[in-house]
Amino acid sequence: MATQLDKVEVVTVGVGWTGGIIAAELAKEGVKVVGLERGKERSTEDFQMVHDEYRYAIRYDLMQDLSKETLTFRNNRDERALPMRQLGSFLLGEGLGGAGVHWNGQTWRFLPYDLQIKSMTDEKYGNKLGDDYTLQDWGITYEELEPYFYQFEQTAGIGGEDNPMGAPRSNPYPNPPMVDTPITKRFKEAAKNLDLHPFQMPSANMTENYENPDGQKMYKCQYCGFCERFGCEYGAKASPNVTVIPTAQATGNFELRTGANVTEILHDGNRATGVRYVDVQTGEEFEQPADIVVLTSYVMNNTRLLLQSELGQPYDPETGNGVIGKNYCYQILPGATGFFEEEKFNTYMGAGALGASVDDYNGDNFDHSDVDFIHGASVSITQTGKRPINNNTVPSGTPNWGQEFKSQSIKYYHRTLSVGGQGASMPHRDNYLSLDPDYKDAYGNPLLRLTYDYTEQDRKLHEYISEKCAEILKEMGADNVEPRSISDHYNIVPYQTTHNTGGVIMGDDPETSAVNNYLQMWDADNVFVVGASAFAHNGGYNPTGTVGALAYRAAEGILKFRDEDSQLVQAKKDSQLA
Amino acid sequence: MADNNSNTKMSRRKFIKNSGYVAGGAIGGGLLGTLVTTSVTNNGSQTASNTTDGGSNQTNFNKALMYFTRQEDFNILSAATERIFPEDDNGPGAIELGVPYFIDHQLAGAYGHNDKEYMQGPFFEGSDFQGYQTRLKRHEVFDVGIQAIEKQSQQDFDASFVDLEGKQQDEILQKFQDGDVDLKGVTPTTFFELLRSATIEGAYSDPLYGGNGNMAAWEMKQFPGSRMSYLDEIEKEDFIEKEPQALRAHISS
Ligand SMILES: Cc1cc2nc3c(=O)[nH]c(=O)nc-3n(C[C@H](O)[C@H](O)[C@H](O)COP(=O)(O)OP(=O)(O)OC[C@H]3O[C@@H](n4cnc5c(N)ncnc54)[C@H](O)[C@@H]3O)c2cc1C
Ligand code: SF4
Repeated sequence: MATQLDKVEVVTVGVGWTGGIIAAELAKEGVKVVGLERGKERSTEDFQMVHDEYRYAIRYDLMQDLSKETLTFRNNRDERALPMRQLGSFLLGEGLGGAGVHWNGQTWRFLPYDLQIKSMTDEKYGNKLGDDYTLQDWGITYEELEPYFYQFEQTAGIGGEDNPMGAPRSNPYPNPPMVDTPITKRFKEAAKNLDLHPFQMPSANMTENYENPDGQKMYKCQYCGFCERFGCEYGAKASPNVTVIPTAQATGNFELRTGANVTEILHDGNRATGVRYVDVQTGEEFEQPADIVVLTSYVMNNTRLLLQSELGQPYDPETGNGVIGKNYCYQILPGATGFFEEEKFNTYMGAGALGASVDDYNGDNFDHSDVDFIHGASVSITQTGKRPINNNTVPSGTPNWGQEFKSQSIKYYHRTLSVGGQGASMPHRDNYLSLDPDYKDAYGNPLLRLTYDYTEQDRKLHEYISEKCAEILKEMGADNVEPRSISDHYNIVPYQTTHNTGGVIMGDDPETSAVNNYLQMWDADNVFVVGASAFAHNGGYNPTGTVGALAYRAAEGILKFRDEDSQLVQAKKDSQLA
Repeated sequence: MADNNSNTKMSRRKFIKNSGYVAGGAIGGGLLGTLVTTSVTNNGSQTASNTTDGGSNQTNFNKALMYFTRQEDFNILSAATERIFPEDDNGPGAIELGVPYFIDHQLAGAYGHNDKEYMQGPFFEGSDFQGYQTRLKRHEVFDVGIQAIEKQSQQDFDASFVDLEGKQQDEILQKFQDGDVDLKGVTPTTFFELLRSATIEGAYSDPLYGGNGNMAAWEMKQFPGSRMSYLDEIEKEDFIEKEPQALRAHISS
């Protein structure tokens, strides 16, 4: 029998960026919030031994313990889904701060085009991709979302500079851009020679000592080169742990419970009554009643908890009906590697968000009339700090072990640079999330099942952008340039990006979306589902800037809901097609 | 903007007090300040704390077996890792770096027992895109794989793997990588890829794990190891060579 706890006003499931933002914004307004986090507590003090590539980047010390819970994966519906037994393709977060502890900090705003992609594409190019691609508008415009982007940027102390082809800004970045290094300079010069519009990548690695509007302090980044997959030993990388979580805690209205794994959203018909969770140390079960339930447990668990709790209608790829699990998107990574025979670069130095980019091939910034795909990619060079286990780039045709491998990997360690794109991934009716019929987690609940493969759109975009990356590298003076090619099928083994999106998507029509533009569920007024799970497709950037903006929007929605106790958005019955 | 607002500038003293670190310059610290600061600022040469653990005049008692029970298996493993990461003009190979001990020690612990991995059944051989799908834990995969290397060697060359010429050893390892061997419970390719990646991990990880002896692999690759700050050098044009420094520099005992 589960122990019944006293009712609280708001409970959040997971305490990463989204859980932290919700907690901070509500607690500041006097709302009592309980944050349930399945992992451990952690802070800057835990990162003093963090410069250990093996422990953190290879054995994933800060990430999800898959022995308790993972997901299953298959490329298509005819295949048997099998568990992702080891982390690989993406590195799921666990513990206080979630993946916000070990992210890079490259912080973007999605383009206005992203938010109205369906109508803007149709208007200009017609139904170019066909009906198998379940493209949708997001039910909000960039103009409406803009203030929330800025709110997140101020909280996280983003440093950046004007991006001539990016989303328009009403305010300058709170901090100056990161330093321009020989590598970023070289990229920019080459890009300019090619008539592109380079700029310094927006960064959550502090470029100055900074105090955010909530009074949280962060310290100047040391370019130590151990950012991605690591916590910052200086508190120089914006994370929930040095920003929103302490803000929530300082109010006295936030109660954090770590080691609390939520297994079910309790509901009475279409109204949530609270959540059930397991204390992972004792195995004891608790029921936490709440007026408002906020899912902030990342794309995967947001979707899984809804499916498992039978809240909202599951997506059926056969009929196209239902919404929970729909429009899962990943990202594709076109790019090219340049080999420089005569030069060596200080690639071991760097920071997670140190880089330079061009947006000329992103969104609808170029004409797609003569290409077979839509959207595109931000194209960047990054200098994040190359560490020796994970960086053994050799010219193609070199074996991956033995004497030749050894000498080539040593020779080219400081002599290669890569230019890469984050390819926008368009939703397809066959790519989706559902519950696995066979495999269970440590608590006996079904694992989430991912059915996903690259689409034709992905392949064409990959080829196009890889070629553009190769052009830039040639212009940068590389002696040899190798464009990347896409593998036959999506492979869950090698690390790619932790930019999973969809599953609980937003929109303006309950028939085709799960949440409204406050991320409030259409089917359950007192449930808000926050995160990249709300993205109706994946854009050409890292997601967290947009995730942060939507979280601030959701926080505002929750505050409104306390007064109105109803749907905050009038549903549009007709589809987005104008 | 942060730099226009004096409130946002934290005082240097307060920062040190708060976190035990020194920010803003090229120095930083670890658990306890002084020793660390000396070693970090002493850029040009290896620090005392680094040399004591690898010095050749000192016995390294870590070099004993915690997982393997037979010297013979360990020797086969050692020979195989040396072919994957051989000694050459660049410097030492896997054996001299201590990689076989690294693997032995790893197999005895969480890595060998897949502690953080999903190991519930049912098990099916997956597609090439579904990853590790065996009921065997890594330590068992190594057992099975090493026995199979020896068996294959006897079959192909009528001799033990450790006695073969380098080229012959390569031929055998290549068969595993290509999947041309029969293994029970795991694909030969899965075993080979584990062996290959563990060898590279052992070569280049922090010496605290028993490989990368004397940080010689970092030296070969000109990787400076664990350093607190490159703020003062990040904008420099020329390649900057630095003596490697291990994590040990950040601890005070
Ligand atoms: C290596 C890496 C690099 C990245 N780099 C970038 C980057 O440069 N730029 C960028 O924009 N993004 C980056 N990201 C992505 C970024 O980290 C995520 O977008 C962001 O952290 C998502 O925040 P979230 O709150 O939605 O989820 P998370 O940070 O994953 O937090 C969710 C929390 O919920 C908890 N939880 C889950 N299920 C339960 C449950 N059932 N009960 C209780 N708690 C639960 C988890 O333990 C976790 O702590 C990177 C990610 C990784 C892994
Ligand atoms: S690169 Fe900068 S932000 Fe990243 S861990 Fe190092 S000091 Fe922190």
